[in-house]
Amino acid sequence: MTLDRKNKILIGLGVVAAILLVKLFSIQILDQQYKIDASNNSMVYDIIYPTRGVIYDRNGTILVGNKIAYDIQVTPREVKSFDTLALADALNVSVDFIRERMAEYKKNSRRIGFQSVTMLKQVPSETYIRFAEVQYKFPGFKGHVRSVRDYPVNAGGNLLGYVSEVDADYIRKHEGQYRSGDYAGKTGIEAAREEDLRGEKGYKIYIRDSRNQIKTAYQNGEMDKEAVAGRNITTTIDAKLQQYGQELMKNKVGSVVAIEPSTGEILAMVSSPGIDVEMLSDIGQYYNQISNDPYKPMFNRTVQASYPPGSVFKLVNGLIGLQEGVLTPDRQYPCNRGYAYSGSRKLGCHGHRSPLNLEEAIMMSCNGYFCYVLKSILENKKYDNVPEAFDVWREYVTSFGLGSSLGSDFPSELGGNVPTSSYYSKIYGRNGWRFATIVSLSIGQGEMGVTPLQIANLCATVANRGWYITPHIVKASEGIEIDPKYYERNYTKVDTNEFKKVIHGMWRAVNEPAGAGGTAYAAAIPGLDLCGKTGTAQNPHGADNSVFICFAPQDNPKIAIAAYIENAGFGATWACPIASLMVEQYLTGEIRPERKYVEDRILNANLMPNR
Amino acid sequence: MTDRGNRGLKSTVDWRIVIYYLLLVLIGFINIYASIHSSEPSSIFDFSVRSGKQFVWILTGIVLATLILFVFNPRLWEVISIPSYLIILVLLVAVIFVGSDVKGSHSWFNFGPVSFQPAEVSKIATSLVLATIMSKTNFKMSNMKDLLLVAAVIALPMLIIVAEKETGSALVYLGFIFVLYREGLSGWFLFLIGVIILLFILTLTTSIYTALIVLAAIASLCYSIYSGKPKRWIWADVPAILVLIFLPKFNLPFNPLYIYLALTGVQAVRMAYRSFRQRKFITFATLVAFLLGIGIVFSTEYIFNNVLQDHQRSRIEVLLGMKDDPAGVGYNVNQSKIAIGSGGLFGKGFLQGTQTTYGFVPEQSTDFIFCTVGEEWGFVGCLIVILLYVFLIYRLITDAERCRDQFTRIYGYCVASVIFMHLFINIGMTIGLMPVIGIPLPLLSYGGSSLWSFTVLIFIFVALYRQEKKYF
Repeated sequence: MTLDRKNKILIGLGVVAAILLVKLFSIQILDQQYKIDASNNSMVYDIIYPTRGVIYDRNGTILVGNKIAYDIQVTPREVKSFDTLALADALNVSVDFIRERMAEYKKNSRRIGFQSVTMLKQVPSETYIRFAEVQYKFPGFKGHVRSVRDYPVNAGGNLLGYVSEVDADYIRKHEGQYRSGDYAGKTGIEAAREEDLRGEKGYKIYIRDSRNQIKTAYQNGEMDKEAVAGRNITTTIDAKLQQYGQELMKNKVGSVVAIEPSTGEILAMVSSPGIDVEMLSDIGQYYNQISNDPYKPMFNRTVQASYPPGSVFKLVNGLIGLQEGVLTPDRQYPCNRGYAYSGSRKLGCHGHRSPLNLEEAIMMSCNGYFCYVLKSILENKKYDNVPEAFDVWREYVTSFGLGSSLGSDFPSELGGNVPTSSYYSKIYGRNGWRFATIVSLSIGQGEMGVTPLQIANLCATVANRGWYITPHIVKASEGIEIDPKYYERNYTKVDTNEFKKVIHGMWRAVNEPAGAGGTAYAAAIPGLDLCGKTGTAQNPHGADNSVFICFAPQDNPKIAIAAYIENAGFGATWACPIASLMVEQYLTGEIRPERKYVEDRILNANLMPNR
Repeated sequence: MTDRGNRGLKSTVDWRIVIYYLLLVLIGFINIYASIHSSEPSSIFDFSVRSGKQFVWILTGIVLATLILFVFNPRLWEVISIPSYLIILVLLVAVIFVGSDVKGSHSWFNFGPVSFQPAEVSKIATSLVLATIMSKTNFKMSNMKDLLLVAAVIALPMLIIVAEKETGSALVYLGFIFVLYREGLSGWFLFLIGVIILLFILTLTTSIYTALIVLAAIASLCYSIYSGKPKRWIWADVPAILVLIFLPKFNLPFNPLYIYLALTGVQAVRMAYRSFRQRKFITFATLVAFLLGIGIVFSTEYIFNNVLQDHQRSRIEVLLGMKDDPAGVGYNVNQSKIAIGSGGLFGKGFLQGTQTTYGFVPEQSTDFIFCTVGEEWGFVGCLIVILLYVFLIYRLITDAERCRDQFTRIYGYCVASVIFMHLFINIGMTIGLMPVIGIPLPLLSYGGSSLWSFTVLIFIFVALYRQEKKYF
């Protein structure tokens, strides 16, 4: 055979055929990836979503349950031409909506392939029933049953939290746990116990045959997985108290937190204005509305807002003074409408008789008295200088759970702020500051921030005479364990004995007859033995914030509560009745007739500042 | 008629070609049915679906083949070649203006239920004209006038088809270069075309600079070999090229391209002078080819960005690995490879293929019919199909070589080239060796236009060959 042109051409033909066959050999026989891709193409995963755990209150009332909703799904490849008008009518949507959607599916038809897409979410059952009757006319459309959250009690959206579809960011943060289309609790209790509530997804695997029909279960269903329902959660919340708090706080900005002192269990947690539970089950639809609201309903004030504590902090200063031995209960200090701390500068006070002892100073909330107290703490001869004494003072303060996050099981809890001596030294120089520089800390003003949860915890600490259990929202129940720290007592650095003297002052603030000078007489409820402390915290952003903490009964207290109403003026005016009404409701189950007018006044008050 | 003229059917018709033809058509018919049966399950002979329609095309195709073999006088083809070529040119232009728009290309005439693509017929007409022109006794491939005429005959329909936006069909015309080669075209032309394609790819995937260095290396190597001084290439040109390769590694204050251009500029002047003094054609030819190469490299970027359409550009980018895009342009190829790759050695069996039925592979019964072959019949099926084509082309070429009549021989090579180009481009496309350009797989793909034109193309040759056997 000569190498003439004919043979060269034939060799070329052979080479090209060989190239094709080698490539075919490599993808058909050597490379297994294409076979895997092919079986992935032919396997159909039918995801079975578990029902989410139910959230109960402390008495077994359902706070969050589940209900059935219907999603309308479309398999665009199966859709035949249909009567758009009739479908729009059955689904109660506009014709344009359906046209737009169908056009969209057509555009993405390659991506969608033979899959189904959700066209309408959470159709009410009446609509679904109407659709189901005519469904046979619309091949490719079907209803998909899904379980969605149901809220029988208005317990406030911020406390319960919402469940929504996971986004790419969330999936990345929780690697390997979620896939697009899954739902997860994003805030509140739903987020706190997401891992228990969510349950485990199941799936069935089917194989498509060569006619694209679902043929059989893959390996006779041996690889299928049953869905495991989420675990139920019992919370520490008292549904009735929570709901009552929601009502009282309507049209007010602020928060109320109630704690059972002996256990640290949070009984109620109201942040107002909050997310309406009506919106929770379909939060996506309202998301823009909520995030554009100037009152920031998403912002959970109970654990995230940091306010100056105001006069309620006088209790802490008094207790530190007693423990340090620089104050005795009988010690009297004068107050002439304030305390002159530096030349002509004066920290003002309201008119009351003078001089006062500790109990009276607490009862009448005298500013001057506690300036003397803090002065004697900081200028204690025991310590070399003010900064050193200040650090000691700060240790006391932080032992009350202030200055850093308490470590509750509620998500996104913040810690507030208690300044350190180095903070002042940085501003004024190591020896550049003394008591007069930080006089406002005497009355809980200045560089201090605490969350409402911390104030409520402070109240519980006082009620317990010196210890607290870290506040928490989930109770241990069958299958649900809680961190052992929620059983441990955290003792303050102040002895139990010292608390009695302060508590009596709180009792007198409430229970002394009107006119005796008690700041919280409006909270008095005969027989309930309420102890309380008002506060009127100056607010750099506007009118003073109204604060009140109280617990009852005086001995063996069942409830400690803190109410914080923004821009509402004196603590006695708004915070005090709200807290006392909640205590009364909780302890007696009703509001006695002679206090109905107080309740009416609160329910009808609108203290929303204009924004 | 002489005794020899009365030789029977048995000995005059090349039955092997007919058998390969029938086998390929049958394989096509079976696979077309398999590719559509999932979405429209029905009888294989149901005339409302593609397999039934293809059955009609096959029957009429066989009638057509019989007519060509036994009724028409084979001399007719040479006579009508030039008029039919001219008519086809007119139709090719006309279809741009009156043709219906099929996925952006204007290449189909629509007559009610029947549509017709002149580009298919033009392959036959062009083959006939080439055979007519090149079989003239005074035709010489080395004659520049003749060469230009032949080039024009090929390029004219090709360019019109590019204007119809049927780039795939136009590429097939490049195959006629093999015919020219067989008839005496210098092998350097084939080599030149190869170099041009290489430069095009290099410019796009690497850089202009790299492409130019490769060009310089090839040009100097060819020149030294041709002038009998290969050693000089090693000690003079290789070091210079190495220096140029490493130039960009030093951070020069200016583009190393300027050094390259300066060097080659000096060399070009030297060569121009030498070719003028010594009258050496090879020096002149190398110089022209080299300058042409530089021109190609610089215009590649322009052609790529301004002449090619978006979808063609992105298909080339995906093929050359410049873009990884399994969901976009690469999607078709990827799914097509999955379908073929999942077939394994023996395939999944007739109608058992899954991939082609989920609608992942587009155009399953036309351009991507090979996916169904690959999935349902596996590597063995692919091997059989490819071997059938190779046998068919081999038969065409050897038969052509046996002919004493030049017209028949040249026409036979034309047929072989057209089938070869279709085979390589189509199968190459389904397995990711070629960009996705829609041309049918001869005799297998669904469609009357395509099947008929390949039937006519092949059976004209069978008839011519029969004539040859009868009378010589």
